[in-house]
Amino acid sequence: MSELMSDRQIDRSKMQVSDEVAIEINGMNKWYGSFHVLRDINLTVNQGERIVIAGPSGSGKSTLIRCLNALEEHQQGKIVVDGTELSNDLKNIDKIRSEVGMVFQHFNLFPHLTILENCTLAPIWVRKTPKKEAEERAMHFLEKVKIPEQAHKYPGMLSGGQQQRVAIARSLCMMPRIMLFDEPTSALDPEMIKEVLDTMIELAEEGMTMLCVTHEMGFARQVANRVIFMDAGQIVEQNEPEEFFNNPKSDRTKLFLSQILGH
Amino acid sequence: MSDQKTNSIAFVADGTIPPSPPPAGETGPVKWLRENLFSNAVNSALTIAALLVIYVILSKTLPWLLNGVWTTNSLAECREVLQGKTGACFSVLTERWNQLLYGFKYPGDQYWRPNLALVLLLVAIAPVLFFDLPRKLLAFTAIYPFLAFWLIWGGTILAPIVALLGFAAGAFVFQTYGKSSFAIGFFGAIVAAFAVWLIGGALIPDGASDNAMLQAVPSRDLGGFMLNLMLGVTCVSLSLPLGIALALGRQSDMPLIKWICVVFIEFVRGVPLITLLFVASVMLAYFFPPESTVDLFLRVVIMITMFSAAYIAEVIRGGLAALPKGQYEAADSLGLDYPQAMRLIILPQALKISIPGIVNVAVGLFKDTTLVSVISMFDLVGMIRGPILASTEWNGVYWELLGFAALLFFVVCYGISQYSQWLERRLATDHR
Repeated sequence: MSELMSDRQIDRSKMQVSDEVAIEINGMNKWYGSFHVLRDINLTVNQGERIVIAGPSGSGKSTLIRCLNALEEHQQGKIVVDGTELSNDLKNIDKIRSEVGMVFQHFNLFPHLTILENCTLAPIWVRKTPKKEAEERAMHFLEKVKIPEQAHKYPGMLSGGQQQRVAIARSLCMMPRIMLFDEPTSALDPEMIKEVLDTMIELAEEGMTMLCVTHEMGFARQVANRVIFMDAGQIVEQNEPEEFFNNPKSDRTKLFLSQILGH
Repeated sequence: MSDQKTNSIAFVADGTIPPSPPPAGETGPVKWLRENLFSNAVNSALTIAALLVIYVILSKTLPWLLNGVWTTNSLAECREVLQGKTGACFSVLTERWNQLLYGFKYPGDQYWRPNLALVLLLVAIAPVLFFDLPRKLLAFTAIYPFLAFWLIWGGTILAPIVALLGFAAGAFVFQTYGKSSFAIGFFGAIVAAFAVWLIGGALIPDGASDNAMLQAVPSRDLGGFMLNLMLGVTCVSLSLPLGIALALGRQSDMPLIKWICVVFIEFVRGVPLITLLFVASVMLAYFFPPESTVDLFLRVVIMITMFSAAYIAEVIRGGLAALPKGQYEAADSLGLDYPQAMRLIILPQALKISIPGIVNVAVGLFKDTTLVSVISMFDLVGMIRGPILASTEWNGVYWELLGFAALLFFVVCYGISQYSQWLERRLATDHR
């Protein structure tokens, strides 16, 4: 298994799960045409939780977190994010999207804007933050992800790891209460994975509510407070990381773990 | 000098060798000729063949150009001057210069008006083309169309002012109500603009144009290359926003809007431009009230704009399709609404991809404005084919006139093409 972060002591003092519910999913179903992708998903996420969603490809992990900010539409069931129910009401959707940050596998930075403009665009246009304040905040988060010196370059001039850290900073500039990560390290070279994971760990240490779809089991073991295993569109098993990795209950989980940790 | 030992691999250079000039034939034109034109037998043969072709062409055209006559009053006089030698009769250009540029009916003492409009056009278009210029110049760009209209066609200044007020009212309504609901703002703006035009139009007194500051010129009287330029500039600048709207409409989730756009694009694209022009000149009159003043120039502008907007829409649709889906998702996930996402994220990138295609359409459109000669408007080609070639003095001067027309169009189109290449370089941010 990946030992990329074994050299880092994780500060757990602020990683506290509160009683406040951040996300609640009730009996959610989704179909692509006649294909049943998500089957009866029930999940409650509290403020401050760090959840890793694992599973084989095609199991619906990405679709699940993309439903949480309405990038995908669900057909049945109820999703409540931060007290707002996801419905067809565009105002609710925009409200939720501005509260929920998302980081994509392929970064999806805006190539025609500089790094700084990427980070200030949404605060200025969605939050109506004054430009100067938005830029100060953007520089603050760029320093946090350790690339303030790249602020005036274009995304195409940065390495993959740097681009992904900019994408994280861009999401943080909206001051989200929840962060969704959709395989943030899957498109990166091994040496760049570490810098992105370090950024994510720092975020977790500050108490951010995080849902991560990832294959980084080292990250799951060290940072997550809960691991969810999905297969064929359903949640098969969820548990604390220690229990999940050392003592999996279902056969499907055992098979999956043996395949990804077996060498 | 050398004290190297041949049986040892150790070697130390005993000084710096001074640079010396290369042997002859390794530099300068000799080397270039050898490498590029005479590198092998086939290449040499091709070079000689090409030189022969160039010689034949130049030996025919150069005397024609250089012996050109510039100062006579008719083709017959040209022939007298040349006395059987080859030579062009460029006098037709000097003698009919104003007709070629402004048409044969535009009052001669008013030529300064279209000239001034042309110069101001360059000022108005500069901040649009070169976005490093101060944004405040765009205010002039906004009033330029009305100013140009008044300059070229004269008459009462009230007409362009009412037109401008209508647009201003529409913009104001959209600014005020568009934030809460796009539909209310959009349709409210249209209603407001039409209200201002109707009321304002009724308020302009009937004889307002009779003693106006600038003498009124009927729109049919403008001709020549100036007519091509005006048609080209107007139609390109109108069809670009219309094309963007059609391209976005074609991608819309709303079936009604989508189908209106699809039907419009497919219909207009499937019909030859010349048919649309005939519709404009003959058939549209049936749809307007008999006394209506919707003149031919305006009808032609509407048709050409529709035609090129359909093409531009398809070019932009290609640009939209080329954008990765992730760009839409990233914009959505940050909470940008549809107009913001389109304006800030999607269109800047899609238009950048579409630049070569849009320029292609614009160049084609500009040259297609010569088709109006078929519906008896006297643009540059119309002037040449009609009044000039039909006159007794210049009957038969084809090469000089059509060559001149080709040169004028080439200069403008080459300029457009060079601009677009500069723009592409200027906007390239994806790699160093």
